[in-house]
Amino acid sequence: MTRMEEFKQYPWRLWSRQFMTIVRMELRKSLFRWRSAWIYLLAMAPVAIIAIHAVVDHHTRDGMREDVVVLAAIFQFYYLRLAIFFGCLGIFTRLIRGEMVERSLHYYLLAPVRRELLVIAKFVAGVITSVMVFGTAVFLATAFMYLHFGQKGMQFLTEGAGAYHLKAYLGITVLACLGYGAVFLALSMVFKNPIVPAIVFFGWEAINPVVSPLMQKLSITFYLRHLSPVDVPAQGLFALLTVVTEPVPAWAASLGVVALTTGVLLLACYRVRKLEISYTTE
Amino acid sequence: MMTTAHTPGSPVRAGFARDGVVDDRIVFENVSKFYGDVLGVNRVTLSLPPGITSLVGPNGSGKTTLMNLMTGLVQPTRGHITVLGMSPGDPYEFFRVVGYCTQFDSFPRDVTGFEFVYEALLLHGLDAPQAAKLAVEALERVGLMDAAKRLVAGYSKGMRQKARLAQAIAHHPSVLVLDEPLNGLDPMARAESLALFETLGRQGMHVVISSHILEEVDRISDQVVLMSSGYVVAEGNIHTVRQEVREHPMQILIRCTQPALLASQVFALDSAVEAKLHADGGGLLVRTRDLDNFYELLNRIAAEGKVEIQAVAPADDDANSIYQYLIGSDGGNS
Repeated sequence: MTRMEEFKQYPWRLWSRQFMTIVRMELRKSLFRWRSAWIYLLAMAPVAIIAIHAVVDHHTRDGMREDVVVLAAIFQFYYLRLAIFFGCLGIFTRLIRGEMVERSLHYYLLAPVRRELLVIAKFVAGVITSVMVFGTAVFLATAFMYLHFGQKGMQFLTEGAGAYHLKAYLGITVLACLGYGAVFLALSMVFKNPIVPAIVFFGWEAINPVVSPLMQKLSITFYLRHLSPVDVPAQGLFALLTVVTEPVPAWAASLGVVALTTGVLLLACYRVRKLEISYTTE
Repeated sequence: MMTTAHTPGSPVRAGFARDGVVDDRIVFENVSKFYGDVLGVNRVTLSLPPGITSLVGPNGSGKTTLMNLMTGLVQPTRGHITVLGMSPGDPYEFFRVVGYCTQFDSFPRDVTGFEFVYEALLLHGLDAPQAAKLAVEALERVGLMDAAKRLVAGYSKGMRQKARLAQAIAHHPSVLVLDEPLNGLDPMARAESLALFETLGRQGMHVVISSHILEEVDRISDQVVLMSSGYVVAEGNIHTVRQEVREHPMQILIRCTQPALLASQVFALDSAVEAKLHADGGGLLVRTRDLDNFYELLNRIAAEGKVEIQAVAPADDDANSIYQYLIGSDGGNS
């Protein structure tokens, strides 16, 4: 049986080969480029600050309660709502729209690859990139936050609540990359300039806690907030406006993000079938 | 149901059997493409046989749109396109037999010439050694092997053109679509490329070329498609197309003895429009509306031995002249 006959009979073998090739090519593009430096900076800025703080502040305090809350606030307000959001915007809009701007997408479209497979493979490469960058950053931030407490900090991080927090933050990071990634990939296929709808989306995510409980459910942040292991209460005017909702079970929140990701990816797959190359209008 | 399959790297062939019937044509059935209100091409109906087909026309005449439609980069607003019985909607079957060298002078970032061709072959499902072998073969064929390990970003325009051509032919397609493939090439590379296209065409492959170098594509073309403002204005063998342009009498150059005697005989024909003696007295330029009638006369005169015919050549039986007649342009800016 020739290779082509084999692929005709078992198309999954061809698809997996093509999938791996595309993922490899895309990872090389997104991980090792100077143009990605701002995403690394975005991810690593708090790590650097926490590391400097760990060196400068010798922590004569006994408890770690304050550090737990500070880390939770950094994760929820910086990583989740800012760094991962804009990092994913940079990574995922580049996958299709970026290649149209650079006029190189047609090379993929002229290959014997199903367009849906191309979108999924590019998405997976984007998820791997974003999870590697932000997962590493969250891991390092957590480690630097507790390890300078010495033996006690190490114990907290490996056996105590710290280990649970770290797992939860990493899990939320993965879900955030999936959800935001799918949304930005789809937006980049619908809009020529996805920045404007992304800013609107950012605004929606930011005001989400103050809208009605039903509307809150149309947000990625809503589900991710309910997965957070440490509650960071809102303060000031924002606290007054916040609409408190029923807690969402972890499994439902995770499933919500996965369902949203799947739905948006299906839309992206539908769009890519109709995609035309007209670089002159880019 | 396809009954045969083309394996990348196997010798080319131009026909694909579907339900026992070999489909060896590129077919456009009443195809129109509009970009919003702007016309790309309109009501194009073509059936291109294997061999070298040249698409010629000025800027904006719809050549690139036709090629993009053929390869699925844009989709028709109306009509239907098949290439050897296949449609671009089935990319796996389609792009194993079709190679397209676009005129977009852009590349993925930070790739070498070798990687550019090699990675495209990996997408065909080939394993690494086979893809590397075919990549080297293609790069050697276009004369780019010496620069294969350099980044494409450092290539000259001609080298980038060659790299795109190498990628388009690397998987041994049966249909090769080339959009302005001679752009940026020096005269030597131009001649080599034309020789390559001619060889591929002779092997029974479909080679569809658009070029503004009319004389060059004219020389190697089996058929031409002349386009203007999104419409096909003429198509077919270049000589047949010329004969169809009846409002412009055909011109024939004859080198002979006694051109004045020949001119007087030519004027006896109703179809003769003009007979002009050469300044050196050794020939004649004849304009006629009926080429067959004229050649019959010429044979008779030659047989009678009154005039010695030394050479006969059509003077406007080329794409450039046909262009001027059909659309009032010499195609120089296409």
